[in-house]
Amino acid sequence: MALRKFGRLSLISRIGKRDFSIASTSEGLIEKADSKSINLFTAVNQALHIALETDSRSYVFGEDVSFGGVFRCTTGLAERFGKKRVFNTPLCEQGIVGFAIGLAAMGNRAIAEIQFADYIFPAFDQIVNEAAKFRYRSGNQFNCGGLTIRAPYGAVGHGGHYHSQSPEAFFCHVPGIKVVIPRSPQQAKGLLLSSIRDPNPVVFFEPKWLYRLAVEEVPEDDYMLPLSEAEVIREGSDITLVGWGAQLSVMEQACIEAEKDGISCELIDLKTLIPWDKETVVASVRKTGRLLVSHEAPITAGFGAEISASIIERCFLQLEAPVARVCGLDTPFPLVFEPFYMPTKNKRMISFPKGSVLRTKVHPHLAISPPLPAEMPPLFLPPKNKKVVGTKLGFS
Amino acid sequence: MALLTSRNAAAGGKLLRCAAAAAIPTIRQLSSSASTITVETSVPFTGHRIDPPSRSVETTSEELMSFFRDMALMRRMEIAADSLYKAKLIRGFCHLYDGQEAVAVGMEAAITKKDCIITAYRDHCIFLGRGGTLLESFAELMGRKDGCSRGKGGSMHFYKKEGGFYGGHGIVGAQVPLGCGIALAQKYRNDENVTFALYGDGAANQGQLFEALNMSALMDLPAILVCENNHYGMGTAEWRAAKSPSYYKRGDYVPGLKVDGMDALAVKQACSFAKQYALKNGPIILEMDTYRYHGHSMSDPGSTYRTREEITGIRQERDPIERVRKLLLAHDIANEKELKDIEKEVRKEVDDAIAKAKESPMPDPSELFTNIYVKGFGSESFGADRKEVRATLP
Ligand SMILES: Cc1ncc(C[n+]2csc(CCOP(=O)(O)OP(=O)(O)O)c2C)c(N)n1
Ligand SMILES: [Mg+2]
Repeated sequence: MALRKFGRLSLISRIGKRDFSIASTSEGLIEKADSKSINLFTAVNQALHIALETDSRSYVFGEDVSFGGVFRCTTGLAERFGKKRVFNTPLCEQGIVGFAIGLAAMGNRAIAEIQFADYIFPAFDQIVNEAAKFRYRSGNQFNCGGLTIRAPYGAVGHGGHYHSQSPEAFFCHVPGIKVVIPRSPQQAKGLLLSSIRDPNPVVFFEPKWLYRLAVEEVPEDDYMLPLSEAEVIREGSDITLVGWGAQLSVMEQACIEAEKDGISCELIDLKTLIPWDKETVVASVRKTGRLLVSHEAPITAGFGAEISASIIERCFLQLEAPVARVCGLDTPFPLVFEPFYMPTKNKRMISFPKGSVLRTKVHPHLAISPPLPAEMPPLFLPPKNKKVVGTKLGFS
Repeated sequence: MALLTSRNAAAGGKLLRCAAAAAIPTIRQLSSSASTITVETSVPFTGHRIDPPSRSVETTSEELMSFFRDMALMRRMEIAADSLYKAKLIRGFCHLYDGQEAVAVGMEAAITKKDCIITAYRDHCIFLGRGGTLLESFAELMGRKDGCSRGKGGSMHFYKKEGGFYGGHGIVGAQVPLGCGIALAQKYRNDENVTFALYGDGAANQGQLFEALNMSALMDLPAILVCENNHYGMGTAEWRAAKSPSYYKRGDYVPGLKVDGMDALAVKQACSFAKQYALKNGPIILEMDTYRYHGHSMSDPGSTYRTREEITGIRQERDPIERVRKLLLAHDIANEKELKDIEKEVRKEVDDAIAKAKESPMPDPSELFTNIYVKGFGSESFGADRKEVRATLP
């Protein structure tokens, strides 16, 4: 597996205009000349412009999308492509996805927006029972491969219970759909175009935290990044870290700090959660002997559990420590407690000399304002009589 | 709520007209009794599969004064919440109710606290109407221990069990089937109470509403579906999202009533009518024609999808507080100064509540793990590394 740096386009493929095609695996780099520094929502917007422009059978719809959508991802589309191809729907997620499946079944590319991933559940039945199994149960007579469902996911700092959730694992339990999550503007554009043009239904979660925050050079032309191919975005030899979406920037910070303690981290962006690129992760863990998976969703039955189990099956003898998961807590997504909940960089491993058990340092109570009473129950304190080195208290 | 005695409620048979604004409440004093005043609603009710109730609403000077005070308090609370949000003392998503106050107070005037109310996220004023306090509201908004949901819910999740308020729901439309379930329990309990399930014009397009309505109609449940039609679901005007924006007719086989939701007395009349109907016959829909002055939530300036003229026009012609103010003046129940004083009092009450709420501590961090399961019935919660660090429920 070739190792590539974060922020560089690994794979670019130019594609035929109308066919469903899978991104090719030829390698290339961005031509600097025609790329611009843009944020993630603009990258999504560019991808949607290209998708509509290159295929007259593509449609974009959802709540308020013809006004640009709440995150501005669909700005300018209705003006440019007309109200027949870019339209607002009423507030009815089940209807939106059901319609999109039907539209796609007629050979169109239906790009449906669900305003927040938290509101995808009214459409869960359509996705799980209709979209995912259409091809299988009809013996390949029908499919909705042209379906792409976009939804912003994850924390935003103070979104509370219903504007912050990361529901990706629910969809990873559904053979027949793909789940894709980009980490940056460049990735978002290339992966979204691949998802739209992939001949399978795709659920595409966009890290809303990064919509404005993440800015990078993005080629202006039409390019795709391959699905189901993970990317090593930072090379290292002591431990492998696997994540996706917004969590990667947190993990990168953790890598940088661990580096200061002399720990060399290899960081992998999974990008596609199902079907996922086991080979890249396996190759890395065989090299480092340790694995840490991190996601914002609650730890129990999160996708980290699947990665952990698969890697233990394949790398049992190479593992020098149990697989660690640094994830959201098993609680509803909290409002005032968001900093406690989040898998911040300080919840990373604090000490992992070779051969020792990987450990997680968490002591969030000390970092909330206003200051908390001194007799806080030590919910997260590491067990006594185990030595903890390199502790840094506070939140990232 | 402050009660003021009426000074001149018995003008007798005189048709009073105030000359000021375009939408003048037409006041007809039909009654000569000292305590009851009969007022005509701004516009007639429109019925769907039902004969609408009379436009003449009985009220008292006490009731009108309490409407004024309660609505002024609600309005002040929402405006203060706006400032607190801008000062970053309120985080999360926050939806304000100013403009729609008449629905909250009119409904309360028609029912008891044994009747239940359930609504969506625009819930602050419904909570006050159900007997919630300003301190509980502001503390909840700021995520403090003394909040009505102990700081764990925030703006969108106010509840008050003893007031029959089943809250504050975030998923648009989801509260309506819940409300119908509450009505089922009420029917089985035989206690002659009803449930008001509130939802917006945007929510009216969610499929689960129709599922719930059909079930309620089959079972003759005492469920009153109240569509608070403020004419926009976020940035979408009602007509863009609804083939028929006559929400009171959308129950088809279920009767409905269209009500001026800016007129507290009309709301009261409609709600008591609906309660009686629902107890005897089953569900009914009330469409409240109302308006929100603020944007959808704090991140929406509220001016991109509607004109400033529209907003100021409604403020001038249909404002629910001004309507009651005019009634009070016209009936000589209070004078301008007394009403201004009430507004001053209310302002102070709000400021005091905010000061108190600011002193309320943040909830204990261990609360992060409580109320997920009943203590002793669920598992313990784990720390971030799952294996070694664990927390037992406090
Ligand atoms: C299932 C679901 N979809 C989308 C949203 C996002 N959302 C929140 S409020 C809202 C508009 C609702 O409008 P309406 O029902 O008219 O109520 P109003 O805000 O006007 O009181 C939308 C789309 C949501 N909360 N839940
Ligand atoms: Mg509305």
